[in-house]
Amino acid sequence: MKGLRRFVDKIKPPFEKGGKLHFLHSTFDAFETFLFVPNTVTKKGAHIRDVIDMKRTMIMVVIAVMPLMLFGMFNIGIQHYLLQPEFSGNTWQTIIPEVGFWKILWYGVLKFLPLIVVSYVAGLGTEFVFAQVRGHEVNEGFLVSGILIPLIVPPTVPLWMVALATIFAVIFGKEVFGGTGMNIVNPALLARAFLFFAYPAHMSGDAPWVASGSVDIISGPTPLASAASGTLDNFPSVMDMFLGFMPGSVGETSALLILLGGLFLVITGIGSFRIMASVFAGGFGMALLFNLWGANTYMDMPAFYHLIIGGFAFGAVFMATDPVSAAQTPKGKIIYGVLIGVFSVLLRVLNPAYPEGMMLAILFMNVMAPMIDHYVLAGNIKKRQKRLKTIKTEEV
Amino acid sequence: MQDLFSIFVRSIFIDNMIFAYFLGMCSYLAVSKTVKTSMGLGLAVIFVLFITVPVNFLINKYFLAKGALSWLSSGLADVDLSFLSFIMFIAVIAAIVQLVEMIIEKFSPALYSALGIFLPLIAVNCAILGASLFMQERELQTIGESVAFGLGSGIGWLLAIVAIAAIREKIRYSNVPAPLRGLGITFIITGLMGIAFMSFFGITI
Repeated sequence: MKGLRRFVDKIKPPFEKGGKLHFLHSTFDAFETFLFVPNTVTKKGAHIRDVIDMKRTMIMVVIAVMPLMLFGMFNIGIQHYLLQPEFSGNTWQTIIPEVGFWKILWYGVLKFLPLIVVSYVAGLGTEFVFAQVRGHEVNEGFLVSGILIPLIVPPTVPLWMVALATIFAVIFGKEVFGGTGMNIVNPALLARAFLFFAYPAHMSGDAPWVASGSVDIISGPTPLASAASGTLDNFPSVMDMFLGFMPGSVGETSALLILLGGLFLVITGIGSFRIMASVFAGGFGMALLFNLWGANTYMDMPAFYHLIIGGFAFGAVFMATDPVSAAQTPKGKIIYGVLIGVFSVLLRVLNPAYPEGMMLAILFMNVMAPMIDHYVLAGNIKKRQKRLKTIKTEEV
Repeated sequence: MQDLFSIFVRSIFIDNMIFAYFLGMCSYLAVSKTVKTSMGLGLAVIFVLFITVPVNFLINKYFLAKGALSWLSSGLADVDLSFLSFIMFIAVIAAIVQLVEMIIEKFSPALYSALGIFLPLIAVNCAILGASLFMQERELQTIGESVAFGLGSGIGWLLAIVAIAAIREKIRYSNVPAPLRGLGITFIITGLMGIAFMSFFGITI
């Protein structure tokens, strides 16, 4: 550790003001703070500081999605081997001993690792370029977006698409607004929406989950896609869907692990419980309403199915709670969450073009969140003014 | 009844004037600096649409469309005056806007001065004429449908301009690159909002 510190100190001078390499100082700074906690202290006055800074906040989210990521890799392997003709007729319980745990996991790792690497390299590369040109520090915000992007795309999407979507999202979702903390939409969601509209054939359709083996390409529809096409026959059992043994985007399948991650975020105070709870409440309520209507098989699907299939749970816990793009006021958070739930189920059931409505619903509410906040604040100001008036008249 | 509801909801979300057709962009970009003025302009647009679309509907139905004059005499049954629709629609819109201007000046001088030139410019707001022309093109059947369509389009426009005004208020202290400040970032935000609104395209109700 000490040797590293000495090395960093040794190569530091050219990057400081007046040095030869000063124009690279934000890149240097990023690596230095990545390795060491900055030792700058406040010099004047009394300051109360919390240990929780941006870096720690972001790392908490990354820790919360770790189990999901590991399970997601395992699930990629399982779904792949289940689709191979020589293993047909197996379930996930019987296929694990037959193929072997490590072989399954290894297949998933091989599929998933490139996604993470590409998303981090493309996104951080863009961030570094912007930080260099604009002369600000490289922020930690992309640590989270960079891991969320691979988790919400289908595992077989071509890597160049991931890179393109990530760069688009970082530039137009974040950097043009001034970087981390100033964006209006969630960059990870923007990346997914970009893929969704630019390359729809790879993102949705009847068989979005295409597990390409070494020789042949075999596809299996996700539960959402089969529900949209009007059959509930080839649905996995409720327990399997809750545990996550079904085709889907890498991080989205396991409702159980998502709930654990959500619990972790709520306990550490990073994620907003109001938003999570109200998203689930809104989605469940809307699904119940559709059950009453019941015009087709999709509407008749049991309401709680909506909460455990597709990206609903993942969106509610990790996407909707993004502290920057969500509503900021307590009352606004509830309105925001409920509307996300309502819109996502509405889009799933009513919009034949998109079987998955969650991501678009969150994106839609992201752009509406400032308006909700504005009117919640305005209402509060009005209420207080009224109270002030009554107090004054009582005094008189 | 279900028809009316469907037209109303469609015109707010799916056929949104701003995000589906990019109509009425000039005042949308120029007056969206604060929520308060954009709300005022939005309400004025709703009011104008609410009156002009049904009035233009009646004019179209009883004067302009092919065979519309047959209620006068059977000899006029194949007269087609639809080439006059642009000028007639614009005249109606200009008259209504004049009325709105006088009402706002009387009841809310503050809003009147905040809206400034953009209030009379509602007369040439593409969204207003667009709504009347869509009404003609989509062959709405009853006056109820045209009221629902006008009201829905207006509410959709108001939703769009108030949402972007709130976003612009929020990013006022953001560190936007200097060349993009003002109009540039507003265009980018509009694009992002357009992506968000694309979630509704394709819904059939």
